[in-house]
Amino acid sequence: MKRVALLGMPNTGKSTLFNRLTGSNARVGNWPGVTVDLATAKVLVGAHMVELVDLPGVYDLHGFSDDELVVRHFLEAAPVDAVVVILNSSQVDRQLALAMQVRALGVPALVLLNMADEARRYGIEIDAPRLSQGLGAPVVPLSAKYGAGVPEALARLAHVLDQAGPPREASVRAALAEDHRREEEIESLLRTSVVVPERLSEQASDRIDQVVLHPWLGLPLFFLAMLVVFQAVFWIGSPLQDVVEWLFEAVRKSALEPGLAFMPELARGLLLDGVWAGVGTVAAFVPLIVVFFFFLAAVEDSGYLSRAAFLTDALMSRLGLDGRAFVMLIMGFGCNVPAIMGTRVMRDRPMRLLSMLTIPLSLCSARLQVFVFLAAAVFSPARAPWVLFFLYVTSFATVVVTALVFRRRFASREPFVIELPPYRMPTLRQVWLRGWGEVRHFLRRATSFIFFGVLAVWLLTHFPAGAAPAGPDTIAGWIGSALQPVLGPLGIDEKLAVALIFGFVAKEVVIGAFAVIYGLEGNALAAEFARNMDWVAATSFMLFTLIYTPCLSTVATLRSESRSLGFTTLAVAWPLALAWLFSFAFYQGMRALGF
Amino acid sequence: MIAAVDGPEGLRRRLAALGFRAGRAVVVLRRASLRGPLHVRLGTTDVALRQAEAGGVSLRAVAPLAPQAA
Repeated sequence: MKRVALLGMPNTGKSTLFNRLTGSNARVGNWPGVTVDLATAKVLVGAHMVELVDLPGVYDLHGFSDDELVVRHFLEAAPVDAVVVILNSSQVDRQLALAMQVRALGVPALVLLNMADEARRYGIEIDAPRLSQGLGAPVVPLSAKYGAGVPEALARLAHVLDQAGPPREASVRAALAEDHRREEEIESLLRTSVVVPERLSEQASDRIDQVVLHPWLGLPLFFLAMLVVFQAVFWIGSPLQDVVEWLFEAVRKSALEPGLAFMPELARGLLLDGVWAGVGTVAAFVPLIVVFFFFLAAVEDSGYLSRAAFLTDALMSRLGLDGRAFVMLIMGFGCNVPAIMGTRVMRDRPMRLLSMLTIPLSLCSARLQVFVFLAAAVFSPARAPWVLFFLYVTSFATVVVTALVFRRRFASREPFVIELPPYRMPTLRQVWLRGWGEVRHFLRRATSFIFFGVLAVWLLTHFPAGAAPAGPDTIAGWIGSALQPVLGPLGIDEKLAVALIFGFVAKEVVIGAFAVIYGLEGNALAAEFARNMDWVAATSFMLFTLIYTPCLSTVATLRSESRSLGFTTLAVAWPLALAWLFSFAFYQGMRALGF
Repeated sequence: MIAAVDGPEGLRRRLAALGFRAGRAVVVLRRASLRGPLHVRLGTTDVALRQAEAGGVSLRAVAPLAPQAA
């Protein structure tokens, strides 16, 4: 087995090439000394079985950014048989430096000139044989997106591997030591092998940018685009989610309940409400994640995501975030889970963590269900929409507060200097691969955590055996009573506290929990609330539900994406504290005012 | 025309990798509203950068030339 590393600057189509070469059999793996997952896949190249490793996009090998450190550590620690460098043909003038650094690594290399078609449109001509001489490595033009030139590239790679010696660690230090002497060499190589026209022809991207990045129109257009994407994701995703839930319910009703009828009630409850419900909770996220990443991949590949960062930077930089965080935050208002996974587009770890800390505070659609129910039960139809509006405003406020509090602790190390690539048409294949890749990632990393969480909540609310489910004699009931000194001042009684424990599984479960706890459903339940709860207590409870802890699936995602237990703990503890403060201030403030 | 690029090494290298090198022409295309970042073009590369980062790039005036490709 040979190992080949794929290297290139951001926006060169490196991952597109990786996906093209490997199809959907890529998997993520851990590497010694490297803190992030790297995608790898086995591919047959000529007579060689090759393990292809997709390294993060980097501008050079020095290691000033997180990604550059990852690449540097990887090259220093893992022996490779060859390095494939992918360059964007139309930017070869500035990307050649990376190829030169690779040449100095002392590892067999292959240089690919991607987006040859785009370069041609600019009128840029590249003399590949001459460039190859200068770089001391074969150079192959290709289009990773449409596949032209890929067979030739593979043939050349096989040839490189035929001639390669044993694998070795690259000497990054040595390669970088000669850095300063390389400038002139690059210049002369460019002069002899690349022709750039004096005046570049006008590109379609310029015309789009004139509208999309317009000083006044830009931001409104961005919000409109966000609204459209948001609606599309959840109009398509939510019905699919319902289908999955319906399927799980149908299997339960028609097969599991009759099939397990012989079992004692407690064991049956464990299997149905613990195990089966746990599997269902995980499965319900699958359609949403697929649809979300279809759209995110499309937005990202088209080049609009970096424009969004450009447009909203003035707003976000004050919060220590950037425009990409804004996009994810907005998406979090649909569902926190894919939004947190989506923060992977941010390459700077501190900023990504800060973004992941704020996303769970956005009022997701699951919480909205609870609020719609409660607002309708306790408030008049004229007032209810204002309550929802107030909750949305509070949600934004908690995001801002959190960002301001933690801005320094998660200070970004990376300069805000980003490329705005030309607009490109995303291909269906790319978008599709991305969606499924993310779902596999979610299932592999989050399933067991969510599953055991659902099981634990079931045990809390059904034990000790013999107690009425979710009643005061269960463990959950004891916890609810024990928490009274803390939750009482917020106007949250024992029964509501038990509902909050259920809500940890998924926020929408809170309504179902009410039904179990109060033994009432639908209108009867709403009437019960209207009788027993005044508007202050109801609003305080909604505030607490809005902020308190991220749901189980969100926590699982936070853990798998941050790979840090400490951060995950913070991401649970901070909202809890914030929820208590907000509810306390509201409840006691209103009571003090005489309401 | 860029006269010189300075600043911390990490920033300098990032700018260099994106094409900010002495002697190269840079065109400022636009600026985001609310004192946001600048949108500049170097050859075939478009870059967005904040004021703070752009401060390290010193320019030398050249005869006003028609913006490239605009």
